[in-house]
Amino acid sequence: MNEQEQDRIKNLLQQTLPPITADAEPARDLWPAMLRRMNAKSATQPQFLPAQFLPVWFDWALLACIVGVVAVFPSSIPLLLYYL
Amino acid sequence: MQNESSGVLNSFQLGEPAAFEALFRMHQHAVYGWLLRIVRNHAAAEDLTVETFWRIHQAHARFNPAQGFEGWARRIATRAALDWLRANRTECELPADLPAAATTDPAIRAEIRQKIALAFSRLPPKLRIAATLAVVEQLPGKEVAEALGISIAAQKLRVFRAIRLLRKDLERQGITP
Repeated sequence: MNEQEQDRIKNLLQQTLPPITADAEPARDLWPAMLRRMNAKSATQPQFLPAQFLPVWFDWALLACIVGVVAVFPSSIPLLLYYL
Repeated sequence: MQNESSGVLNSFQLGEPAAFEALFRMHQHAVYGWLLRIVRNHAAAEDLTVETFWRIHQAHARFNPAQGFEGWARRIATRAALDWLRANRTECELPADLPAAATTDPAIRAEIRQKIALAFSRLPPKLRIAATLAVVEQLPGKEVAEALGISIAAQKLRVFRAIRLLRKDLERQGITP
């Protein structure tokens, strides 16, 4: 696909989906919804680990799994890079 | 998004609820506007704004005040939008009630627009977000790459792949761009 074709498709796309104006605002104050969300989650969240440690722990576990898979199956590296 | 005092950012990082509320009130419109540009649906953008700030609240301990709030919030919002697009791939529509610039060319027939919109909604979400921000919203590549958490080269590649897939889909529908 050459540059002209790309430009034509980009132009068609811009004609079909015009950009949204930057000053769009929500129709309502979202803070009450945020409070409801926080209250609902804190009532149901398991407390076996302090919340601030959970994401860090999960990140390291995920990283370890990826390193393990790459070490065992080096041919998966291009696939991994594709999805990054 | 405005700059905020380092005191608020430090307090937020330590988990202070008042600081979180201050940041929410300061940034909710900007986060909403960013999400609306990606999902192009008011109700979804509102829900995703709340979801984004929920994730921000959960990740406060990992926040680095020295790097600023705006870019961090934008990356989390983009990730939330990506999850939403993945979960709603068959339901994505292009509502006509969005505020938009009046640049539509009348020479392009409604039927063709419909086919382009359909083809665009069928793109893989990662490619679709990159194309939406870079081509439709015409944002600078650096800004798009930062929001997606990838390099500028990877962002350009995603846009190229999106355009290529779009062309193939349009050809299948009988449209030769």
